[in-house]
Amino acid sequence: MLKYKSQHVALYYIVGALGLFLAQIIFGVVLGTIVVQPNFLAELIPFNIARMIHTNALIVWLLMGFFGCAYYLIPEEAERELHSPQLAIIQFWLFLAGGAAAVLGYLFGIHEGREFLEQPLWIKLAIVVVALMFLYNISMTVLKGRRTAITNVLLLGLWGVALFFLFALYNPANLILDKIFWWWVVHLWVEGVWELVMAAVLAFLMIKMTGIDREIVEKWLYVIISLTLFSGILGTGHHYYWIGTPAYWQWIGSVFSTIEVLPFFAIVLFTFMMVWKGGRTHNNRAALLWSLGCSVFAFFGAGVWGFLHTLSSINYYTHGTQITAAHGHLAFYGAYVMLNIALFTYAVPNLLQREPAHQLLNMWGFWLTSAGVLFMTFALTIAGVVQTHLQRVMGLSFMEVQEQLSLFYWLRLMGGVVTLLGVILILWSLLNPVVQHLRSTQAQRA
Amino acid sequence: MSEILTNTAARNIFYGGTAFFFVTFAALVAHSVTEVNAFSSQHPVSPSVAKGKEIWERHACIDCHTILGEGAYYAPELGNVWLRYGGRENPEGARAALKSWMQSQPSKIEGRRQMPHFAITDTELDTLVDFLKWTSEINTQNWPPKISG
Repeated sequence: MLKYKSQHVALYYIVGALGLFLAQIIFGVVLGTIVVQPNFLAELIPFNIARMIHTNALIVWLLMGFFGCAYYLIPEEAERELHSPQLAIIQFWLFLAGGAAAVLGYLFGIHEGREFLEQPLWIKLAIVVVALMFLYNISMTVLKGRRTAITNVLLLGLWGVALFFLFALYNPANLILDKIFWWWVVHLWVEGVWELVMAAVLAFLMIKMTGIDREIVEKWLYVIISLTLFSGILGTGHHYYWIGTPAYWQWIGSVFSTIEVLPFFAIVLFTFMMVWKGGRTHNNRAALLWSLGCSVFAFFGAGVWGFLHTLSSINYYTHGTQITAAHGHLAFYGAYVMLNIALFTYAVPNLLQREPAHQLLNMWGFWLTSAGVLFMTFALTIAGVVQTHLQRVMGLSFMEVQEQLSLFYWLRLMGGVVTLLGVILILWSLLNPVVQHLRSTQAQRA
Repeated sequence: MSEILTNTAARNIFYGGTAFFFVTFAALVAHSVTEVNAFSSQHPVSPSVAKGKEIWERHACIDCHTILGEGAYYAPELGNVWLRYGGRENPEGARAALKSWMQSQPSKIEGRRQMPHFAITDTELDTLVDFLKWTSEINTQNWPPKISG
C-alpha cells in the first residue's frame, strides 16, 4: 500500500502535529476558564502568555501538518522517493525543538510581543532555515519526478508561505506601517497561500478516494485557486479599513472580500460532485468524512462567518469584537484543522501498511469536535452581537459590557470542553495504531 | 466544461490573473505607504514613541488588549485610550492617570480580570503613554464609533 518508502517521514510530522494539537486545545480550555474565572492562574500564567501559546501551538501544528501532508503526497505525485528522507527527519526535530523552545520562552516572558508573531528573532530565523530545508527537499523531488497540477499548486503555496513569512522580520516603529505589513504575513497566509495548500491536498484526496479522472480534478483545482487569489489578494483590504490607511480600502476590501466566499463555495461543489460522480465507496470512510467536512466547515467558517462582518459599513461596528473571535475559531477549524486531520486519517493506515482502524471512534471524534466548535462559535457570535450593540451603539464601557457577556462565555467554555473530548478521540484513533505498530516491530526485533 | 475551458487555459488564467491582482495590490499598498509617510511627517514617530512601542511589545500588551481593533479582545481598546482619559483637554492629567492605573495593577479584586504587574520604570511608562498618544492621532476614518472603544 505504501508506494514509496520515504513517505514514511510523514509519520513523524503527523505524530508531532497531533501532540501540539492537544496542547493547543488544552491552552484553549485554560483561556476559556480564565475568561469566566479571571483569578484562575492569574499570577502563574497570565492571559497574554496562555493566549500566545494557544495561537502559536495552532500555527506550528498546522504548518507541521502541511509539511507532513507534502512529504506524504509528493512522492506519490512525483512518482519517486523523496530527495532526502534524512534531511526531512532532521528538519522535523529542528522544527519541534524550535517550537518547544518558543513555548518554554513564553512561560518565562521571552517573546517579541507582536500578535501571532511572538517568536523571538532567533526562532523566526530558525523557522526560515527549517522552511528552506523543507522547500529544497520537496522542490528537488518534484523537479526530478513527474510534475502534476497538484504538486505545482502545493509547491507554489508552500513557497508563498516561506516568502510572506519574511515580512515577519520587518517591524517598523511606525504602528501603521507595522500593521500594513503584518497583514502580509497573516492575511496573505490564511486567506492566500494556505488556501492553495488546502485546495491541492483536497484535490489529492479526491483523486485517491473517488477515482475521478485527474484531468477533471486538476481543472477544478485551477478554477478554485484562481477564485481564491483573485479575491483574496485585494481582499486584504478588509484589514485596512481603520488602521490609518486611506479610505479607498473600504470599497476595495468590501468588494473583494465578499468574493472570497466563492472559492469556498466552489470547494464544496467540487468535493461533493467528485464523491457523487465517483460513486465508489472508499474503505477509509472516516477520511472521506473529514474531507467533505473540511469543505463544508471551511465554507461556513471562513466564507459565511467571514462575510458576516467583512463589509466596511458593518465592520465599522463589529471590528475587534467577539464576532471576530467566532469567525477565527470556525474558520481555522474548518479550513485547516479538518484538512490536516483528513489527510492524517487517510495517510496513517497506508503508512502503517494496514487496513483503516478505529474508523467509528475517529468519526465520533469528528462529530464531537465539530459539535464543540460549532457550539463555541454560536456562543461567541451571540456574545459579539450583544457586545457590538452595547459597546459600539450604546457606548457602554468595555468592562461593563464584558460582565453582560458572562453567560455566553460559560457556554463557550462548555463548547471548548466538548472540543477537547472530541480531540482526545481523534488522537486515540490515529495514534493507537501507531503505538501498536511500534510495539509489534519492537517485538519482531526482539 | 472541458470544451469551454481546457486545463492549460485554466492554468494560464490562474497565473496571469494572480500576477495582475498582486501587482495591483502592491501598487495600492505603495500608494498607501506614501500617504502614511505624509501623515507621519505631520505626526513624527519620536524616539520616545518608538521606545514606547518597544515597551508595548516587550509586555505583549496586544495579547490581552486591542489596538485599533486588533489584539486579544480580553481587555479594553487602547488605540483611543488617550482620548478616553481626556488627553486632548488635559494632557498632564491623562498622563498621570494612565501611569498610576498601570502602576496599581494587579487589582487582585476577586472575579475581575487581572492585569499583571509589569516591571516598568517611570521613564518607560512615559514613553508608553507617548506611544498611546501618538496612536490616538492616527486617522482611523472615525473608528471606533464610540469613545468607549
